[in-house]
Amino acid sequence: MADSKAAADPGAGRFARFGAWIDARFPMTKMWQEHAAAYYAPKNFNFWYYFGSLALFVLALQIVTGIFLTMSYKPSAEEAFGSVEYIMRDVEWGWLIRYLHSTGASAFFIVVYLHMFRALLYGSHRNPRELLWILGVLIYVALMAEAFFGYLLPWGNMSYWGAQVIVSLFGTFPLIGDALIEWIRGDYFMSDITLNRFFALHVVALPLVLIFLVVAHLLALHEVGSNNPDGIEIKKAKGPDGRPLDGIPFHPYYTVKDVFGLGVFLVLFAGVVFFAPELGGLFLEAPNFEPANPLLTPEHIAPVWYFTPYYAILRAVPAFLNTQVWGVLVLFAAVLLLFFVPWLDRAPVNSIRYRGPVYKTALMIFAADFIMLGYCGLKPAVAPFTMMSVIGTIVYFAFFLLMPWYTRIDRTRPEPARVTK
Amino acid sequence: MNETIDKGRRQLLTAATTLTGAVGVAFAAVPFLASWKPSARAKALGAPVEIDISKLEPGGMLKIEWRGKPVLVVHRTPEMIGRIGADDSLLADPGSNASRQPEYARNPERAIRPEYLVLLGVCTHLGCLPQNRFTPGASADGVLTASWPGGFFCPCHGSTFDLSGRVYAGVPAPTNLEIPPYSFADDNHIVIGLDPVKEA
Amino acid sequence: MNALARLAAAAALAFTAAANAATAGWPLQDADTDVGNLASLQRGARNFVNYCLGCHSLQYMRYSQIAEDLALTEDQLRANLMFTGMRIYDPMLSALSAEQGRSWFGNAPPDLSLITRSRGPDYVFTFLGSFYEDPMRPAGVNNAVLPGTAMLHVLAPLQGLQRPRFETIAVEGGKEIQHLVGLEPGNLPGDLPEAAFDSFVRDTVAFLEYVAEPHRARREALGVWVILFLLMFTAFAWFLYKEYWKDVK
Repeated sequence: MADSKAAADPGAGRFARFGAWIDARFPMTKMWQEHAAAYYAPKNFNFWYYFGSLALFVLALQIVTGIFLTMSYKPSAEEAFGSVEYIMRDVEWGWLIRYLHSTGASAFFIVVYLHMFRALLYGSHRNPRELLWILGVLIYVALMAEAFFGYLLPWGNMSYWGAQVIVSLFGTFPLIGDALIEWIRGDYFMSDITLNRFFALHVVALPLVLIFLVVAHLLALHEVGSNNPDGIEIKKAKGPDGRPLDGIPFHPYYTVKDVFGLGVFLVLFAGVVFFAPELGGLFLEAPNFEPANPLLTPEHIAPVWYFTPYYAILRAVPAFLNTQVWGVLVLFAAVLLLFFVPWLDRAPVNSIRYRGPVYKTALMIFAADFIMLGYCGLKPAVAPFTMMSVIGTIVYFAFFLLMPWYTRIDRTRPEPARVTK
Repeated sequence: MNETIDKGRRQLLTAATTLTGAVGVAFAAVPFLASWKPSARAKALGAPVEIDISKLEPGGMLKIEWRGKPVLVVHRTPEMIGRIGADDSLLADPGSNASRQPEYARNPERAIRPEYLVLLGVCTHLGCLPQNRFTPGASADGVLTASWPGGFFCPCHGSTFDLSGRVYAGVPAPTNLEIPPYSFADDNHIVIGLDPVKEA
Repeated sequence: MNALARLAAAAALAFTAAANAATAGWPLQDADTDVGNLASLQRGARNFVNYCLGCHSLQYMRYSQIAEDLALTEDQLRANLMFTGMRIYDPMLSALSAEQGRSWFGNAPPDLSLITRSRGPDYVFTFLGSFYEDPMRPAGVNNAVLPGTAMLHVLAPLQGLQRPRFETIAVEGGKEIQHLVGLEPGNLPGDLPEAAFDSFVRDTVAFLEYVAEPHRARREALGVWVILFLLMFTAFAWFLYKEYWKDVK
């Protein structure tokens, strides 16, 4: 990249002069420097640090494929199901664009879940990155809304009944419940009107929110600087030139590394898209190949896999005092708790490397618990899954609510002054 | 940073990765661009249309829709065919050299069989639908004068065409009315959108 | 509150019914289809047109696509698969309208474009072979996979009419119920021996699998190349990454 000295040189090349012309009018070189070439990231990133750039890639993929899908999709109850089949059969390459989008939705959640787990591993949510974490959780919530609205659009029978169940959650609120769901649906049942507004939210409103939040997330990251597997601040050890001794410029070191990570991701992703786009009914569910039928529920309604941990939590809470609202409140609480993690975590160190056995055990149990809840949410509400869901819910909340206690009593080791390999 | 950097290897690998990536992006762009081509449904709707012309009286005209455009089929009488060519000197493109039609319709009658004229009812000026004013002489509505030899008249901007759809000089329309590909399935059926099978 | 409760109850009920059906239900046979076998798909297409298309449409499947994918010429297509008066780009619609279907069978026969994706090929395969004689039903036949189906035993001339074998089991309260345990050849034999009938049904199901996703063969063939290309890209990226990271000590 041309720096300002080269640009000022009258003998500089045409390309550099053009760069200088732009830089006088738009901070092109400045942005490149701040966010890539002179953004110093810790040199000890490991496997877990691929998922941020991958999430950005999947977001771009979903936006591009989504734009092309809207060109052939019809957001009406009468035509939606048929228009998806039209894309799958009649539109040239439509099947590929659709499978990229449907697989991309699941890939997005896989990548985001791993990205969030990384934060819990290395303390990326902690001071001074609380706001970064909160923006991330907001992205996660927006993503859940985006996925929920999008799942209705194919207007298959599982789309229909899945959306029906989730919208019904809002009906559990005392007094306002019935009015609230009518307002959400805009009708007395899930209808063409509901589909039309979900379409608008899915293709315009939430993508804008997501893009805004992602930009904010990146700006916050580049303001505080990246955390690393040792959980220590690389800014504390600077060389005479003012650069962190353990930092390396994001470009070229992490751009080439992330490109490699992207390659591995794409191989796996293409494996699903081309050889198992339904992934055994997990990514595309069998009942969704039947058109929506308000008079016939699928034998077993389960949300898509990425929602099932929370669905299991919802079902684990029994109704009492004549209302089911408790399950819904617990569900919302389960998501809301994520926002408070930076303050619930009281450990003196950031990274799992220097934390004691208590946090290590707690985090492993939590990860296993989340997967178990997800599994229970896919299954019908019968023994033993009901009991497993109840235990899973208790463990989920215990992980967060007991965190101030167990992170304080844990036997941590001192952090090193400089990053380790 | 390091004196032992192998610049050549670094450049080669950068080039290889960038090039492969660029080829990959180009490949990935193909499905998206190709998805804009007419879909199987569009092709189905735009498939050739067969018209029964056995009921079309001499001097009469049929109008049907094909690919979103009106197609006019005129059954010309021997008298009408006889008038074609009478005022070639007044036409802008009597030989249909600058106009659009299949090769097999590039003759004075602009037809496979002179008695049947098939053309797109789309004025080559701004796309209005030309009217059939086959009767020579002044029209009752006064838009055509006594010298009118009979032909097509575009109501939008007054372009005039002869009985073969050839445009007169000095009107807004630049070229003759376009002729779509068509063929005869048999004596009573015309297929719009399908070229005649070439005799071997 | 009540909306969710109602829904949960409905879902629970639906599940219990399904669970009962599954326990009392009929084991599905392996359809063992080969969607890559063109001859099988061609035979299946002919079977479908002769035996199924009278009532069931494939509304998302165009004849022209079948011709392209199953290597049929337009003449072969017209002679074997199409009714007169249809155009090659038309979808495969049944002559039976939904209205007629409702009045004749009580239910409009479902469109089968996606049946193997929503129910699975094994289900369709087993269903077609599991009709049996049942004088209690209006059409005189019942089905072990979908008891009470309105569908007629269209393949009876080929398979013959099977007889059910029941087992009497005692339930609480000293009552006894008849439990269907097997099907066996009846008095009316069909034109096809059992193996030939199975292969007839297998071809038909293979054709339906093709119809459910006509571009599947194309998808899988392309996938191999895409993955090979991506592996090459990833290899270059790996070497590039390792080369640059020599700097990082």
